[in-house]
Amino acid sequence: MPIKISKETADEQFRQKVKEISGEDFQKCYQCGTCSGSCPMADQITVLPRRVMALLQLGRKDALEEANTHWVCASCHMCMVRCPRGIDITRVMESLRQLKLRKNEDIINPSEISKEDTEKLPQVAMVSGFRKLTS
Amino acid sequence: MKISYYPGCTLKTKAKNLESSALACLDALGVEYEELPRWNCCGAVYSLSDDDLIHLIAPVRDLIRVQEQGFDTVLTLCSMCYNTLARANELMKNDEVKRGTINDFMDEEPDYKGEIKVVHFLDFIRDEIGWDKLKASVKNSLNGMKLAPYYGCTLLRPGDVSIDKSNSPVVFEECMEALGAEIVKFPKAIECCGSYQVLGNPEAALKVSNDIITDATAHGAEAMALTCPLCDYNLGHRQEEMLKKYKGTKALPMFYFTQLMAVALGVDPENYNLDLNQNISQEFLKGKNLLEKVTT
Repeated sequence: MPIKISKETADEQFRQKVKEISGEDFQKCYQCGTCSGSCPMADQITVLPRRVMALLQLGRKDALEEANTHWVCASCHMCMVRCPRGIDITRVMESLRQLKLRKNEDIINPSEISKEDTEKLPQVAMVSGFRKLTS
Repeated sequence: MKISYYPGCTLKTKAKNLESSALACLDALGVEYEELPRWNCCGAVYSLSDDDLIHLIAPVRDLIRVQEQGFDTVLTLCSMCYNTLARANELMKNDEVKRGTINDFMDEEPDYKGEIKVVHFLDFIRDEIGWDKLKASVKNSLNGMKLAPYYGCTLLRPGDVSIDKSNSPVVFEECMEALGAEIVKFPKAIECCGSYQVLGNPEAALKVSNDIITDATAHGAEAMALTCPLCDYNLGHRQEEMLKKYKGTKALPMFYFTQLMAVALGVDPENYNLDLNQNISQEFLKGKNLLEKVTT
């Protein structure tokens, strides 16, 4: 699928915000695709990490807001340890999550978790899940 | 050498079997430890935002408690606690500006500069006990059990807190081999079980966990050793769901590696707490005559 670019599609403020929150320079990405090949969730995400990096370089906020990638990412850091450009892609994914969570928009609602599940789930699942998926 | 022990939330409840077996092993190996007084939850995940320091307060406060306790090393059992505490410690050691901000914010606490050494049970045994001594302490060998040690993510990544080489670790295999297991190497041993996505995308987590189990059984594993309570939930407690959903998946008994170590070191079976594992785990050990051996 071609990526359309123009002055109108590039959101510079969005690019800067992601850089600021993640502390990562995604311009360094040279599109080798090692991250996509390493991602355990590759068949569950709508946009592979390599493409996320390309869309970021182009400031395509609209396309990234539609992607489920950062919401399915489990922060396993496999892409990060394998990136030949030394980009911590996990931090980039975190910044994409933060941009939504910081507007008080939750992805899961803790009160909707069934009583049966809260009795079974280990604390570490709930603490980490709430940290990553709620504001 | 006496060390501090940090349990974390899950080890006092859902993963009592990890704590009780590990502490019994430390006793059997003659390691002196003392549980950290007034420990608090570490936060389970390390903050990955550059501008978010508030989530570092919890793990740093735990490290300050260790310093107050008078020890220079803190031992962790849960992989996620290990990762969170170790990364917070690295930041306090290396980032002067953020260290200053955090210390100023916690003005009621003494300043902290990252002096504590954060270790996980596995690298502690490797570095302080050694495989030879561990091997010599074995009373009931695991007797060639075909065992797949599964690392998961947080013991190995990122590299600066990895307990071994991030992409080609051997510490877990060497440990279980010393206890008499036959090691089954499988490519997905260092891949993710889905972690906290059990809350956000439970089906996606089930799929990657299923991939790990089928990879291990395809390589000949008859049991799996784990280090993390979240992996145990995804790979062990959700196995029934997995078997229903995915045809061809074979049930695989799961153990915390410390439970198998406790069996091998011949400690009192009361400490195994096998009732918190799936039923097949207990049956598997019985079938291997590893429970009878100890009790008789």
